[in-house]
Amino acid sequence: MAEEVVVKKTRPPLDPNSAKFKLGQIAAKAYSDAMEAKARGEKVGWISSNFPVEIPETLGIHVCYPENQAAGIAARGGGARLCEVAEADGYSNDICAYARISLAYAKIKDAPEQNMPQPDFVLCCNNICNCMIKWYENLAKDLNIPFIMLDIPFNPDNEVSDEQVAYVKGQFLAAIKQLEEITGKKWSDERFKEVMENSCRTSRAWLDATAQAKYTPSPFNGFDLLNHMAVMVTARGKVEAAEAMETLAREYKENHANGKSTFRGEEKHRIMFEGIACWPWLRVTATGLRDRGINMVTTIYADAFGFIYDDFDSMIRAYCRVPNSINLETSRDKRIKLCKDNNVEGLLVHVNRSCKLWSGFMNEMSRQIGEACDIPVTSFDGDQADPRNFSEAQYDTRVQGLTEIMETRKEAKA
Amino acid sequence: MVSFGIDIGSTTSKCILLRDGQEIIGSSLVVGGIGTDGPRKAVQQVFEAAGISPDEASVSAVTGYGRSSWKDADFQVSELTCHAMGGRFIFPELRTLIDIGGQDAKAIALDKSGMMKNFLMNDKCAAGTGRFLDVMATILQVSVNELGTLALTAQEHASISSTCTVFAESEVISQLASGADRTAVMAGICDSVATRTATLAKRVGIVEPVCISGGVARNAGVRAALEKALGVKLLYSELSQHFGALGAAVYAYRKSGAKSE
Repeated sequence: MAEEVVVKKTRPPLDPNSAKFKLGQIAAKAYSDAMEAKARGEKVGWISSNFPVEIPETLGIHVCYPENQAAGIAARGGGARLCEVAEADGYSNDICAYARISLAYAKIKDAPEQNMPQPDFVLCCNNICNCMIKWYENLAKDLNIPFIMLDIPFNPDNEVSDEQVAYVKGQFLAAIKQLEEITGKKWSDERFKEVMENSCRTSRAWLDATAQAKYTPSPFNGFDLLNHMAVMVTARGKVEAAEAMETLAREYKENHANGKSTFRGEEKHRIMFEGIACWPWLRVTATGLRDRGINMVTTIYADAFGFIYDDFDSMIRAYCRVPNSINLETSRDKRIKLCKDNNVEGLLVHVNRSCKLWSGFMNEMSRQIGEACDIPVTSFDGDQADPRNFSEAQYDTRVQGLTEIMETRKEAKA
Repeated sequence: MVSFGIDIGSTTSKCILLRDGQEIIGSSLVVGGIGTDGPRKAVQQVFEAAGISPDEASVSAVTGYGRSSWKDADFQVSELTCHAMGGRFIFPELRTLIDIGGQDAKAIALDKSGMMKNFLMNDKCAAGTGRFLDVMATILQVSVNELGTLALTAQEHASISSTCTVFAESEVISQLASGADRTAVMAGICDSVATRTATLAKRVGIVEPVCISGGVARNAGVRAALEKALGVKLLYSELSQHFGALGAAVYAYRKSGAKSE
């Protein structure tokens, strides 16, 4: 009997000048830099995703993002294990899975999927959700470390008022003072100016890159954005991030000029994906689309990280207008614009059990988007990090149904 | 030309044979869905019923949760499209279809031409599905169909407030233990399925004519409760449980040109 030879496919090494390589390096370096800083005896923090990164970046403080860590752990198969640790400590499985994973990690202090240093303080901002407050309060209490909180309330109005800016600005200044006291590092207006310029430059490049989906076929697979946005969250104030994002935009433009795309296969349909990625089932959700020729050409993330501002106050205004802190009409209109700008033919909504805030208003918002754009809408149940809240068969049926509607519409038009 | 449609569901397998896209010449329904020999038996039975050999079916389509496991069909289609096509075949003016199967419920909106334009499905929960009724019928020691028929005789309706199947099971047991009238509890169970499904239907938008399909369509108690919850007359056909297979046969017929190309 002949011996079976298993040939394992190996991926060719990435070009070190490519955006993918550069962005991967920046994301990995954020963790290793924080580890090294901790080893040197510097104070490091944990930070929520929409806390103004400009503050720690200007102060030269290393921070880690529990949301990114939880997503990484979930994508690599560790979500259920850590969720169960938190649940055994009494946390309900109805609360955010990122929170459960993070609280579990603070307790067991090891996750081979993605480790990061333990914090000396936590930086929390509730402009993304209010679960964040109790999550970070508990981290601070469990670890007996300072809790720095920025309260950016949900804004029911269409604009950010001067009063809201003043309310938030007082907190920004207090947070800077607290951080100076904790870390011994000093705020520099000159350094802030550099960070602000980097952040705006990175954001402009991100918007430029994501806008290339206006072309049909799109020069990129929208799932790329889910990976690249890690840098937008954690490192947009760094000059390396600006350069890498500019490389990304350039590559997408070259792809379009050369008739290429990072989307494998023929792009038969174009959809918008709404909600946080279903990280534990990323491959299944992505493959279910790709196998049907569906490219997810845009998400609200394309707009969400467009932090363009020119001074301290306008930075505050930008943080008062992040997606989960604005009213339904403004949120809807941003998505309608993305759908129209990118010739979207269908909307796929992730009803994310972890995120009551985001999912709660989606029934109504997606109905309005569907009507305004005249596109079919479907949703599936899942979770950003807890793999137990997803059914592959249910996902598949919904995506196939959406595909069939898009196909029938095209046939009718033809 | 004979087209063949098979719907492999979670609890049953259904087949339809269609001549020239117009005449149903055979149907079968076997208890046993995905992962059982139900599909094979259903295929055997439908060809026996029609008195033709499998070779005489020139084109075929498969649908249902077991669709990806059935490799013998020319086309694989979602049950959403198939139920819409099957419903429209029986009721040519149909605009809204409510399907309640063994493990899911769906509401499908059709445009004037019969094209599916949108749909909604239940979330990841057994409440409002055939499985919910199975569990309740077991507690009450009646068949699912008896549960529906007896519910129609109820003088009053008990309130089953839990939306979770397991909690509702406890609630039903408690009510029975407290001496509640069995038919009232049965009516409450039908109301529970109906109100859950009605929310889906209302969200997708009710446009008449409206029909009901799937195994639960056979339950007269649920049909009556759903009509009350929606305030519309529900069209019902004895073939309602076969709409998926029928739609698959219709789809296969319409796509037969594509197969021969």
